[in-house]
Amino acid sequence: MENRQKENRIITDGLSYRYPEAERDAVSDVALRVRAGEFVCILGHNGSGKSTLAKLFNALYVPTEGTVWVCGMDTKDDELVFDIRQNAGMVFQNPDNQIVATVVEEDVAFGLENNGVPPQEIRVRIDEALAAVGMSERAKKAPHMLSGGQKQRVAIAGVLAMRPSVIILDESTAMLDPSGRAEVMNTVRRLNREEGISIVLITHFMTEAAQADMIYVMDGGKIAMTGTPREVFSQIGRVRALGLDVPPMTALAETLGKAGLPVRPDVLTVEEMVEEVCRLQSKG
Amino acid sequence: MLNDITLGQYYPGNSPVHRMDPRCKLLLTVAYIVGVFLIGNLPGYLLALAFLWLVVRVSGIRFSYLLRGLKPLRFILVFTFILNVAFTQGQTVLFAVGFFRLTREALENAIYFSLRLVFLVMGTSVLTLTTSPVQLTDALEHLMHPLARFGFPAHELAMMMTIALRFIPTLLEEADKIQKAQMARGADFESGNLMARARAMIPLLVPLFVSSFRRANDLAMAMEARCYRGGEHRTRLRELRYTRLDFYALLCMIAFFVLIIAEGMLLG
Ligand SMILES: Nc1ncnc2c1ncn2[C@@H]1O[C@H](COP(=O)(O)OP(=O)(O)OP(=O)(O)O)[C@@H](O)[C@H]1O
Ligand SMILES: [Mg+2]
Repeated sequence: MENRQKENRIITDGLSYRYPEAERDAVSDVALRVRAGEFVCILGHNGSGKSTLAKLFNALYVPTEGTVWVCGMDTKDDELVFDIRQNAGMVFQNPDNQIVATVVEEDVAFGLENNGVPPQEIRVRIDEALAAVGMSERAKKAPHMLSGGQKQRVAIAGVLAMRPSVIILDESTAMLDPSGRAEVMNTVRRLNREEGISIVLITHFMTEAAQADMIYVMDGGKIAMTGTPREVFSQIGRVRALGLDVPPMTALAETLGKAGLPVRPDVLTVEEMVEEVCRLQSKG
Repeated sequence: MLNDITLGQYYPGNSPVHRMDPRCKLLLTVAYIVGVFLIGNLPGYLLALAFLWLVVRVSGIRFSYLLRGLKPLRFILVFTFILNVAFTQGQTVLFAVGFFRLTREALENAIYFSLRLVFLVMGTSVLTLTTSPVQLTDALEHLMHPLARFGFPAHELAMMMTIALRFIPTLLEEADKIQKAQMARGADFESGNLMARARAMIPLLVPLFVSSFRRANDLAMAMEARCYRGGEHRTRLRELRYTRLDFYALLCMIAFFVLIIAEGMLLG
């Protein structure tokens, strides 16, 4: 058990959650884990329970049944709540509704101030965090002067300053334009690769999902599919039945396949598609 | 329409007045206003004006900027002036038309009262022009902190002010967007009498109100996720520290008080 906890940042077991007064569980019997340094993506149509699951990871909600361990800490334990929230940082969907302070650097400081970190240490951590998301030169700016992508990077910096083990992003790119989305995704991927921070990404964009190490697809509060992006998206029929799309290149591969070209059905990215097309050309 | 509202008329700078500790600035502003209310003759107001002019010079703000702050107040000024002239009992009649008698005392009273109002506004303008809203909030939180022991919600009030300041631009932007959307559908915000215009605001305010609740909900969740747990054990990135500058400012204020008291005793 001890060992399991060390290499896993989040473990859930038989996890269920029902909103007060609700008829049925919003999250039901979920067992999953997020390993150290892993990039996990959670997919699912609207109302499938993704946001509820995310809030269970951060001890914003406490399980109705089952358990969530964050870095070995049970979220049911009241005394550990703030340690859990420091370890499992959350970035939400609407960039305007999660920035608290009127100055960028002060917003980044918010979590640290809450945790009683001494001012000199806060200073150091803010500078680090803003540098890590590439927002150092905007430290003194007012948040409402920033673009959506920049606001989300500030929100990520605010979480990063807490030195989390895992960052949970709940549709954090949903309200951004394509360039803002790219900014945020690049930042997230870099933090994952370079700093070894585990990522839980909730998204409706399949191109983003294709970059994950592991995908969990939710349906009606349950986990309906699990696997690497290739494993999941190669089952096009099942994915569609769960109300989701497949990445554009996978869809293209399918179309080409139907047209009679022997393209691999599990193509995920543009690069892979280019490779595949070149392979076919050299053959024929 | 909504873009005209300039909020927190902060005038960024690096003057000694700007660099003073906001707590000190706030307290000295209060002292200045108390001083102005103690004054009872015209030379005293000249002193007050001279002091203000000096502070404004040091702060690097243009005096006209300060005067502009009086403009929205002109109706109130005229109103208080007339009210004072009309309702002060006096002996020395200057002139009389029918029922109306203008007395010397009434005129003096009206002038002093208006002057006090003018200095009150200009004095606080110097404070808000040289202190960012964030600093002001900090100052208020620190100054109110001792009251927290008696259950006064000092931290909560400061937090509310910060959040209000943070969300005002967001909400203005949103109001603007909703207004444009309604106008595109034929809503008319500009014409008609006051009632009609007020009624036209309803389709603007209702969605704004609804979305504010949503925002409040989201923000509460985000704050909780970032370990917010009220004011206890909370540290601050920016610590307030009194410097020599504040000491000098205090000396200036004491000098001002000595002068107006001496002047009051000499000239009665
Ligand atoms: N505060 C709440 N009170 C009661 N029921 C809720 C609440 N929030 C969500 N639900 C219900 O719980 C279920 C899961 O909602 P959740 O927000 O987790 O879905 P989601 O997968 O995040 O959806 P989306 O893709 O739209 O964000 C839904 O049926 C929803 O109606
Ligand atoms: Mg959701």
